[in-house]
Amino acid sequence: MELFTNQVLAGIATGAIYACMALAVVMIYQAIDHLNFAQGEMAMFSTFISWQLMQWGVSYWAAFLITLAFSFVAGIAIERILFKPLVKAPVLTNVAGFIALFAIINSSAGLIWDFTIKQYPTPFGSSPFLGSQLISTHQAGMIGVTVLLLLGLYFFFQYTRIGLAMRAAASVPESARLVGINTSWMIALGWGMATAIGSIAGMLIAPVVFLEPNMMGGVLIYGFAAAVLGGLSSPFGAVVGGFLVGIFENLAGTYIPGVGNELKLPIALALIISVLVVKPAGLFGRHIVKRV
Amino acid sequence: MSAAEEVVAEGHQAVEAVPKRAMTLGTGTSLLVLAVLLVVPVFVKNFIIFQMTMLLIYGLAVLALNILTGGSGQFSLGQSAFYAVGAYTSAVLMEYFNVNYALTIPVSAAVCFGFGYLFGKPALRLSGVYLALATFALATAMPQLLKLNFLEHWTGGVQGLVVTKPDAPFGLPMSQDMWLYYFTLIVTVAIYVFSVNLLRSRSGRAFMAIRDNEIAASSMGVNVALYKTLAFGVSAGITGVAGSLGAIAVQFVAPDSYTITLAISLFLGMVVGGVGWLPGSFVGAAFIIFVPNMAESISKGLSGAVFGVLLFLVIYLVPHGARQIAILGQQFAGKLRRN
Repeated sequence: MELFTNQVLAGIATGAIYACMALAVVMIYQAIDHLNFAQGEMAMFSTFISWQLMQWGVSYWAAFLITLAFSFVAGIAIERILFKPLVKAPVLTNVAGFIALFAIINSSAGLIWDFTIKQYPTPFGSSPFLGSQLISTHQAGMIGVTVLLLLGLYFFFQYTRIGLAMRAAASVPESARLVGINTSWMIALGWGMATAIGSIAGMLIAPVVFLEPNMMGGVLIYGFAAAVLGGLSSPFGAVVGGFLVGIFENLAGTYIPGVGNELKLPIALALIISVLVVKPAGLFGRHIVKRV
Repeated sequence: MSAAEEVVAEGHQAVEAVPKRAMTLGTGTSLLVLAVLLVVPVFVKNFIIFQMTMLLIYGLAVLALNILTGGSGQFSLGQSAFYAVGAYTSAVLMEYFNVNYALTIPVSAAVCFGFGYLFGKPALRLSGVYLALATFALATAMPQLLKLNFLEHWTGGVQGLVVTKPDAPFGLPMSQDMWLYYFTLIVTVAIYVFSVNLLRSRSGRAFMAIRDNEIAASSMGVNVALYKTLAFGVSAGITGVAGSLGAIAVQFVAPDSYTITLAISLFLGMVVGGVGWLPGSFVGAAFIIFVPNMAESISKGLSGAVFGVLLFLVIYLVPHGARQIAILGQQFAGKLRRN
């Protein structure tokens, strides 16, 4: 039983990483209706920016805020410059665009900062949290930040005019335009916010997985899986999905014989798919009703 | 987040509706292309012949994805898994059972058809992003499954298997590469003709009806579940054949040749060639084989970025892929004729 609780705790700790990423994925899905394959790379690039700032002697929190602002602006710029011309192109062409963006960012980061692994500082310290060997204060801090982000987003979307406008633009663009919402800019804003959230995720994840151009590869897959499991229309679902995926993965690695590190991912994905077969819109997602 | 989101705007489709006549080339053009493909190898070096063989093989794999996505509207990131199954089927049959390479191809097709059909069953309940995740899971799982200990006796584990390259039969005076090219060409033409006819048949119309409107299709009496799984089966079968040919051409199979990167390349090939336009598959295959090499020769350190920029250029200029160029060409030819 102790093994079980310990593994669940460890799962929650890794789950916090996935939850962060899943939140960014859901944000952008809300704004543009596709999964952005380059999201992880964008987060990685932001994290490198903050690392570079710290190398230049900027303090952690100043670097954090500058990176946040930079990511927000960069997200909007990417949307305006690269993806706005593709609005009328087919969906699959847009997906190809994401893959292109992925290649560009990954390769540029590799050229600027090379592929060696770098240490990344944490503001929370890394001593054991409340005497538990499995969760460090950093991981506890991560869970805290994720929950705070979630609350912030909830209030933003539920109680501010601009949040309402973004929701309207995402769900019924035609009607939103009729009541005077600039839907095109709402999409750009969605990109900006998603990139900023992604950069927070990146900066929180970097102390755990270490900083390098390919650091987000695995994390993004789990982030997607978590977002899909929780339901792509629900930020709350994304966070719960993140924790569940973390726990799934750890328990599968512990209890199913013959599962090494290599098979953890396929098994976690298989479990998620079994859940989706029963609940096709994810655990907390809404069923989309199609008009014929 | 709000109830209003439940209603999705009408006419918003993941895959465009391509009419079936627009899916192929005219007879004259097809024969011309075939003639070029037949003659060129006589005049070029062995390495180029090898690259042309790979072009046909990847073209087949992209064609298979095109039938699934462009034809029936289902999205797959798991094509690399079917490709791997095809490749391993051929490799194991040839190396352990001494089966003739040509005979392993129908076997791979059958094995992969079955595998794809079965995979299509649970995937029936999923669509769009969810289906993409499910097929993605298959693609990430496949290399790990091939490395499993109890399969190692057959698959050779991480090391993979070496496959012998066949000689030209009947004492034909041809190099191995050239023979393999012509062999691949025969298989490719056969599968291409099969695919064109499939999409023109009753089943093909059923695929397209499902792609354009699933609910309308089912109310017209189309057995949606059957045709969706069938599309998966056929696509997997063709991908399996491509995998077999690939294994024979490269003379080597290893789990890490069949990762998600392959599936993503095939997807890019489909987009560049034009979703739903079958001849475009081969244009797309050329893109995914030659453009990464080109990018590497432009800049070693930034090859990924150069590739990305080139890809962006292509999708800006022709968001509908090579099909757009073909349509423009046709219109231009039509104008010339009228003048």
